[in-house]
Amino acid sequence: MIDKTVQTLADAVAGVPDGATVMISGFGGAGQPAELIDALIEQGARDLVIVNNNAGNGDTGLAALLKAGRVRKIVCSFPRQADSHVFDGLYRAGRLELELVPQGNLAERIRAAGAGIGAFFTPTGFGTELAQGKETRRIDGRDYVLEYPIHADFALIKAERGDRWGNLVYRKAARNFGPIMATAAACAVAQVAEVVALGDLDPEVIVTPGIFVKRVVKVPVAGAAR
Amino acid sequence: MAYDKLSRDAMAARVARDIPEGAYVNLGIGLPTLVANHLPAGREIFLHSENGILGMGPAPAKGQEDWDLINAGKQPVTLLTGGAFFHHADSFAMMRGGHLDICVLGAFQVSAGGDLANWHTGGADAIPAVGGAMDLAIGAKRTLVMTEHVTKAGEPKLVARCTYPLTGIGCVKRIYTDLAVIDVTPAGLRAVEWVPGLSFEALCALTGAPLARPA
Repeated sequence: MIDKTVQTLADAVAGVPDGATVMISGFGGAGQPAELIDALIEQGARDLVIVNNNAGNGDTGLAALLKAGRVRKIVCSFPRQADSHVFDGLYRAGRLELELVPQGNLAERIRAAGAGIGAFFTPTGFGTELAQGKETRRIDGRDYVLEYPIHADFALIKAERGDRWGNLVYRKAARNFGPIMATAAACAVAQVAEVVALGDLDPEVIVTPGIFVKRVVKVPVAGAAR
Repeated sequence: MAYDKLSRDAMAARVARDIPEGAYVNLGIGLPTLVANHLPAGREIFLHSENGILGMGPAPAKGQEDWDLINAGKQPVTLLTGGAFFHHADSFAMMRGGHLDICVLGAFQVSAGGDLANWHTGGADAIPAVGGAMDLAIGAKRTLVMTEHVTKAGEPKLVARCTYPLTGIGCVKRIYTDLAVIDVTPAGLRAVEWVPGLSFEALCALTGAPLARPA
């Protein structure tokens, strides 16, 4: 019997090596797998490359991982926010490398990795400093920039419900990067508010089919804490 | 003759007038967000949010916030009946693929050729953050800019060439300022209308690129 559910958060993040590229879902706090990040801090992997839309808020979640000194580089679109003081301090001190990527290019580079695409031409960023040094091409009169996929060793994502085969559904706009990050990582780990029996998820509405998911861990969420 | 600048709400109302029923629209962070408050109640318009929402509704009542339902500025919002959620690659396909009819963005500068600079001051100690600005600028069928006509220091924000780092090239179609509505045409900037009491010559003097009279 195939059962991708694991019993503890420690099991969920077991085996993340030093130097790994780890994708973390979420847009700000929505969809951020805070408990999996806490488990990763506990697990101890260092020298990580993190892929996320942002660079942490406040002092918890991704910000806590940065603060713990485990991250060498962050790939993101929007690091600077009102409460990104942990990132700001490390960046200004030269202790954290930043690769800034326009948000749609970030999403498409992740999608491309999961879809087996070698690279793609995108109009976004052409002529800007974020495209400096990159190959360009004019196609049908429009200018494009060549962008490469982002592959990850692990993806830590947050979904609402999952089953033992790894099928997932999400909740509202907390979906954001979860489905594409699941496809782009060698080992995608989903924390879910509820594990349901096979067949309980309507096959017509499953967002992430289990083929993309290696581990599922239940993290109960109080309604008020969403 | 004396003139009054448009308030931020008056600017938003002016932009809202130009958004037709059935339009798929993305409103950028900051000033453009105000446009949502001025869309006529009877007009069905689909608001898109980059984080995976179509049919975005207004802010919820106090105490009804759901932090899984936020806008691009990470503020709580609601979903209209008929709205939909989708992942990030689909959301940006809607922009880059030319499916959005209109996006409204703020600006540091807009050039006479429609280049937009709105993401980074380029300052040595500034932490850069781009978000979805570059995708929006070049993705929507019609990119509109909403901005004060001049900076707090009185410098024109409509310029011959942008000096701030660019967001997109040749992407802006129309500019709504607190003094005027200005089209970006193949021949350069052309005034559409301006506030009462302001002479065309005075408007030109506050604009950093040649400005043509209305067609």
